[in-house]
Amino acid sequence: MLSFNVVIAISLCYVAILFMVAFMAERRAMMGNATWLYSPLIYTLSLSIYCTAWTFYGAVGYAARSGLEFATIYLGPTLMMIGWWWILRKLVRIGRAQRITSIADLVSSRFGKSTSLGMIVTVISVVAATPYIALQLQSVTLSFAVFAQSNGHVWRDAELNATAMWVSVGLVIFTVIFGTRNLDANERHHGIVMAIAVEAVVKLVALLAVGVFVVWGVAGGPSEMLTRIDASPITLWDHNGGRWISLLFLSAAAFICLPRMFQVLVVENADERHLAIASWAFPAYLMLMSLFVVPIAVVGLDLLPTGSNPDLFVLTVPLSQGRDGLAMLSFLGGFSSATSMVMVATIALATMVSNHIVVPIWLSMRPNQQAVMSGDIRHVILLARRLSIAAVLFLGFIYYRVSGGGTALAAIGLVSFSGAVQILPAMIGGIFWRGATRIGAAAGLIVGLTLWLWTLFLPSFGADALISQSVFDNGPFGLSWLRPQALFGISGLDPLVHGILWSMILNTGTFIIGSLVSFPTPLERLQGAQFVNIFEHSAAAPAWTNAAAGAEDLLIMAQRIMGSTDAQAIFEREATRQGKKGYLPEVTPAFIELLERELAGSVGAATAHAMVGQLIGGSGVSVEDLIAVADEAAQILEYSNRLEAKSTEQEQTARALRDANAKLTALSIQKDAFLSQISHELRTPMTSIRSFSDILRDGEVGGDAQKRYSGIIHDEAIRLTRLLDDLLDLSVLENGQVMLNEQTGSLSALLDRAIGGAGLLGSNLKIVRTPEVDDVTITTDLDRLVQVFINLIANSRKYCDARHPRLKISVFDRGSHFYIDFVDNGSGIAADNQQLIFEKFSRVADGSKAGGAGLGLAICREIMRRLGGDITYLPGQYGTAFRLRLPKKKLKNTLGEL
Amino acid sequence: MGKRVLLIEDEPNILEAISFILSRDGWTVHTHEDGETAMQKVVGFPPDMIILDVMLPGRSGFDILRDLRGTDTTKDIPVMMLTARGQEKDRELALRLGANHFMTKPFSNAEVRDHVRNLMEA
Amino acid sequence: MTIGPKSKIFLEQAGYRQRRLRDAVRMLPVLGIVLLSIPLLWPQDSGEMSYSSGALVYVFGVWVLLIVLSAFLSRMMHVDGDPQQKGPPS
Repeated sequence: MLSFNVVIAISLCYVAILFMVAFMAERRAMMGNATWLYSPLIYTLSLSIYCTAWTFYGAVGYAARSGLEFATIYLGPTLMMIGWWWILRKLVRIGRAQRITSIADLVSSRFGKSTSLGMIVTVISVVAATPYIALQLQSVTLSFAVFAQSNGHVWRDAELNATAMWVSVGLVIFTVIFGTRNLDANERHHGIVMAIAVEAVVKLVALLAVGVFVVWGVAGGPSEMLTRIDASPITLWDHNGGRWISLLFLSAAAFICLPRMFQVLVVENADERHLAIASWAFPAYLMLMSLFVVPIAVVGLDLLPTGSNPDLFVLTVPLSQGRDGLAMLSFLGGFSSATSMVMVATIALATMVSNHIVVPIWLSMRPNQQAVMSGDIRHVILLARRLSIAAVLFLGFIYYRVSGGGTALAAIGLVSFSGAVQILPAMIGGIFWRGATRIGAAAGLIVGLTLWLWTLFLPSFGADALISQSVFDNGPFGLSWLRPQALFGISGLDPLVHGILWSMILNTGTFIIGSLVSFPTPLERLQGAQFVNIFEHSAAAPAWTNAAAGAEDLLIMAQRIMGSTDAQAIFEREATRQGKKGYLPEVTPAFIELLERELAGSVGAATAHAMVGQLIGGSGVSVEDLIAVADEAAQILEYSNRLEAKSTEQEQTARALRDANAKLTALSIQKDAFLSQISHELRTPMTSIRSFSDILRDGEVGGDAQKRYSGIIHDEAIRLTRLLDDLLDLSVLENGQVMLNEQTGSLSALLDRAIGGAGLLGSNLKIVRTPEVDDVTITTDLDRLVQVFINLIANSRKYCDARHPRLKISVFDRGSHFYIDFVDNGSGIAADNQQLIFEKFSRVADGSKAGGAGLGLAICREIMRRLGGDITYLPGQYGTAFRLRLPKKKLKNTLGEL
Repeated sequence: MGKRVLLIEDEPNILEAISFILSRDGWTVHTHEDGETAMQKVVGFPPDMIILDVMLPGRSGFDILRDLRGTDTTKDIPVMMLTARGQEKDRELALRLGANHFMTKPFSNAEVRDHVRNLMEA
Repeated sequence: MTIGPKSKIFLEQAGYRQRRLRDAVRMLPVLGIVLLSIPLLWPQDSGEMSYSSGALVYVFGVWVLLIVLSAFLSRMMHVDGDPQQKGPPS
């Protein structure tokens, strides 16, 4: 007999193993060697979250009650998968192209990035999923109770509730740790996916093991099993055609409408080709999961005393035969089914809640640009997502407590499915019918939701729970045509078929009529064309026509949402594509489109659109812009594409020329200014020296004054010498006559040296460093590098105009290079000057800030070039910021040509 | 009490040198270091003469000179300009804008003293 | 951007084969629905007890058939990877 404590211990071990697996997968993915995480096998296994505890325990109970009908729940998705070319392929392609984060985002994005639609879909999904999550908690709790009972201890409510609570808490922790690592919901959650894949194998093996035991161990072989099935009281086939077809439809539709399925099918899909393999592999998985359901049900009914709960046969049959190991395996299988479903469902729902409810509200509470430019949006969203995970699970727990966990598992599952399926008309209409509109979708969804609540959800609590028996019999307020299970007077239908039929018919009807009579906004039409014709034009028409925002503002916003690394990468890539250097590309409509799509990957299309709109000034598409979209003839499209390619090219050339010209003009002014600058820099100290030496020579002063004046002469002489040194240094560097002296040393020590040498004594500049990351070893010309560091620190000391000046030095490892960022909290440098500051004598801000001769940055740039890296101004940091890029590999030919 | 000279120059050492030279010659020297606010200073305290550097923080000496010549109360005050850039076109510009004298740094102390005397006597 | 598939009328043999494979993939769920509806046509009250296991074997038989057909078709088909792969960082 398995002692209860052993069961607990084994469960905890199993959880620990899952934790390790998830952790390792995250680690591997972070290190970049995790190609196997993107395999079709992992994709197929992750789809297995369709098989929840409802499948693992409930399928047998379902079969014991209604025979073969249980198979419809797995045949529906089978049909959907083998017909992947119709719907799934399109969904996956759209999901990729539009950076869709959830099913709510899909609907919202399709219908003009509508915030309200996103909210409606989110509400439907949460309401529909709550009973289902409760169901998982219930099954885990009951399976624990089975073991307690087999140890002669019958659990009461208090123990059941406590177990359910601890399971919920554990799930919240696990999901928050591995499910909210990255903000980009469009990115894969490696840890979770890996844990799910392991659980998928465990639950399949467990169910197969119980099945094999039942068929060969108890019945004595397949043919004996079949005889036994024929002899059993179960009616396998009862000719209820309405239910059979309705349930096939319901499960097929739910397969793509359930938020968690949408998450693994579309959002976490890494490669469209995986779909082709999953198209047969996943039906095979479903078939194997279903294979032994009937035998287990039949044997369970034979072996166990009448009145035993058939929902637990998978566990109780092995236990009754004294097969403790098998029972334990089966327990872990059920545990896996429940936990994996809950984790993915909460992640999917939390993404929807945070992106479509919390963030829009948060944004609307702040006026204008303030929302996107200040405050840590990333932090808000992550927090919202974590809280949402806890809230969703808490809702499930509450439902479990309120419903008392009594109802048969299958009933709750089907009610939950039919709720999620209300999204189907809007979704399918949205991707196949360009005429579908936001108004139609919203109306259909609301009608569907209402009918579902009235005919299926509320009655599911039973008569006299939420709806009184008299309402069941006579309708509300005596309106008999509103009876929840006999709408419009049509009675005698199976309640489930009745509910599905009416809600789907009226939902679809409202959706179609609403779409026909309303008129879409330009953005809706644009998105509609992009969704419906996803395979024809992948080139999008611009959704923004005029770009008033500065690149730097956009960068600041992007950094707040995506984090600086990703945002800078996107901006740098675009700038390079445009043929520009640095991090600030020209703000073209195409670039805004791209940026918005990237942001949508984190916060959803509607929010991203609103945020970009706040910066751009709300100038969206006009009807004229849509004419291009309306034109579908392939020839015209191709012709225009060719034209477009040409004009892009021309534009690029023109831009390059314009930039070059601007730089040349600026340079020639600089060259001209160079002579007068050098003259000024040399003559100024000479003036003081000459004047004071005149005074001293005349011998008119004595004592202290004499001492003071000779001090001035001395200082000015040093200034003169340093200037000449700098000029010489720069000319040597520029002419490439410099010999680099390669050494290996610690970057951290170099920074220490530079800080010591930058003359910070008496200055209140505070240096902030991250010692744990800057402790790396580099091989380069260390002395030259220190010279650059000193220059940058000294610059900050001189020019940082903050009240409490602070300079942050951070080091990043970027594969082939180290990035070293120097960011202070001063007022920064205007975009116009960001390129010029590296030129000689280019003290910005009309020379108001005295100090050096303006050679420092020019020298830094030459040194960094010699070292094989570069120095750039890093915009969007709320201060002056420089980024050094230093290659890791050794310098090759260190001797410059003479 | 000598005549008042206003010295507008941002290099503290040069400021000190010229102040020393002129005070020794009997002038009352007032100093100002910023280009932006120089005009206000001049208007609020009309000096007998101004020595004006070209490269000033905030505002260039040429701009200040243009304003001085365009304002009734200051248009007759003699102005001597100082520059370290030493370009011929700077001299031309200064004289065209109405400077009375243009001097290139570095200078000998006697040079400064003599030119200031000349300007006041003229 | 390449020319859309509609712009050519005749394709070489390989392309033609791919087209028909796609048609087959499209038809597969239809076949599935038809096969799974056949039990509805079975006589209602046969009274034979052997019908129970027969239904079971039929449904799972159809299931396996669909899986095998789908596996076969997806192996024969070239699925063009989509333009923006979300694969692992290179």
